[in-house]
Amino acid sequence: MKKLLNTVNWLVLCGSTLLVVLILGVILWDIFSKGFSSISLGFITSYPTNGMTQGGIFPAIIGTVLLTFITTLFAVPFGVACAVYLNEYAKPSLLTNIIRASIRNLAGIPSIIYGLFGLALFVQALQLGTSILSAGLTLGLLSLPYIITTTEEALKRIPNSLREATLALGVTQFETIKDVVLPKALPGILTGVILTLSRAAGETAPILFTGVAFYINGISASASQEFMALPYHLYMLSTQHNEIEQVRPLAYGTATILILLVFTLNSVAFYVRFKNRTQD
Amino acid sequence: MNTIKLRAENLNLSFGKKQILKNINIEFQENQVTSLIGPSGCGKSTLLRSFNRMHDLSPDAKIDGNLYLDDLDLYAKKNSVTDIRKRIGMVFQKPNPLPKSIYENLSYALHIHNYPKQEIPDLIEKALKESFLWDEVKDELKKPAVKLSGGQQQRLCIARTVVLRPEVILMDEPCSALDPISTKKIEDLILRLKKDFTIIIVTHNMQQAQRISDKVAFMYLGELIEYDTCHTIFNNPKNELTQHYIGGHFG
Repeated sequence: MKKLLNTVNWLVLCGSTLLVVLILGVILWDIFSKGFSSISLGFITSYPTNGMTQGGIFPAIIGTVLLTFITTLFAVPFGVACAVYLNEYAKPSLLTNIIRASIRNLAGIPSIIYGLFGLALFVQALQLGTSILSAGLTLGLLSLPYIITTTEEALKRIPNSLREATLALGVTQFETIKDVVLPKALPGILTGVILTLSRAAGETAPILFTGVAFYINGISASASQEFMALPYHLYMLSTQHNEIEQVRPLAYGTATILILLVFTLNSVAFYVRFKNRTQD
Repeated sequence: MNTIKLRAENLNLSFGKKQILKNINIEFQENQVTSLIGPSGCGKSTLLRSFNRMHDLSPDAKIDGNLYLDDLDLYAKKNSVTDIRKRIGMVFQKPNPLPKSIYENLSYALHIHNYPKQEIPDLIEKALKESFLWDEVKDELKKPAVKLSGGQQQRLCIARTVVLRPEVILMDEPCSALDPISTKKIEDLILRLKKDFTIIIVTHNMQQAQRISDKVAFMYLGELIEYDTCHTIFNNPKNELTQHYIGGHFG
């Protein structure tokens, strides 16, 4: 009887895992099998033509890369600084607990809310207009809670004995954090940052009202211009286009590129983590 | 030889509502090794750590009383904690080398304290020699310190403290994570270092306390029960609690 129960348990657990892997496999197979045929060098390097029915997705790739870059510039310094404050300086108190709980809750807010907030704050109140800057800052806000949380976790894993080692030598707390704690926590922080950014790069809702455009006919270096982005481009091609059947292969191609981009970022994160693990 | 180097007057310390140290009065003499002994939780590490102000980082630690290094009031607002920690070094229970090379483990604090660049290599060589580590590591100073054995790591941590030429070295059970051979080396090292430094060591090892100490302080439940020469504590203790502890009846 006990043995039977054991077998049943094993089957349920193993079955659930297989089901998840299977679903992922089906999605990837569907996208890659239909998308790879439309991918070519031209697809990656040229502009869309003939009302999006031909050509490539070059401006969308560049848009997503620049957007992620702006997000990084904004979210990483603030996020890491905030985590350092919370983990290294803040004394445990009701206020710190409230701050920490608020940050955890921010991570659970639907991304469309961030989009509307970005519209109200950056586009209108701060007069940045619908632009890549507004969209990048909005994505930055969305990323902040994740970066703060993962950075704080990475800092928590640094044993206190290491901080005591330099403090006991008459080194200040700031120097200890800068020279010992942060370098040691860097791989963990990087992993969190990259995973967060790869998630931000795939978001559509936060950029919807803040700066993304269906089509632009030239990439400009100005941060106040609208831009094209892969997730939004995919959304338009797959649901909003007049010639929906005709652009379907392009949509699959776009999806493939987006997934490859995110996978690349994630692989870098896994590599950093793996390298760090083998070093210890 | 009987100069008082370090002393505590009416020291009371509590973490939150729990009082750890109760009215401690103690004086440590220059160039002597003083052992703090007593059962776990008696407050000996807490006492040790109050001298280099390691409790500053615990928000719930509350300290009353006066501590002095010579005539310097260790907790006076005007005195900088980093200067105090430079003059009162500390070696911890578990070796805690920095995740840097052997050389950088020693050079780091020298750079921080603005020692002239050209003097640094000589200071490091001297400290490694004083810590009986030079011959073992002189050809691989660039190696990561964590690659050293536990005993070597602990001697590196001592060298890292010694290189700053502190006046006092606090040691918190420095041998408890080490094998007997490494322990022997550290004990020899302590006996040699006392010529230049005042050493206070927390230990659970009675034989060790007997081998290295000039004076021994026995603590129990946050109080200093008996403080005398090593010989008196181990051969002719006056207090009943000390007799029981030395005799191995509890601990």
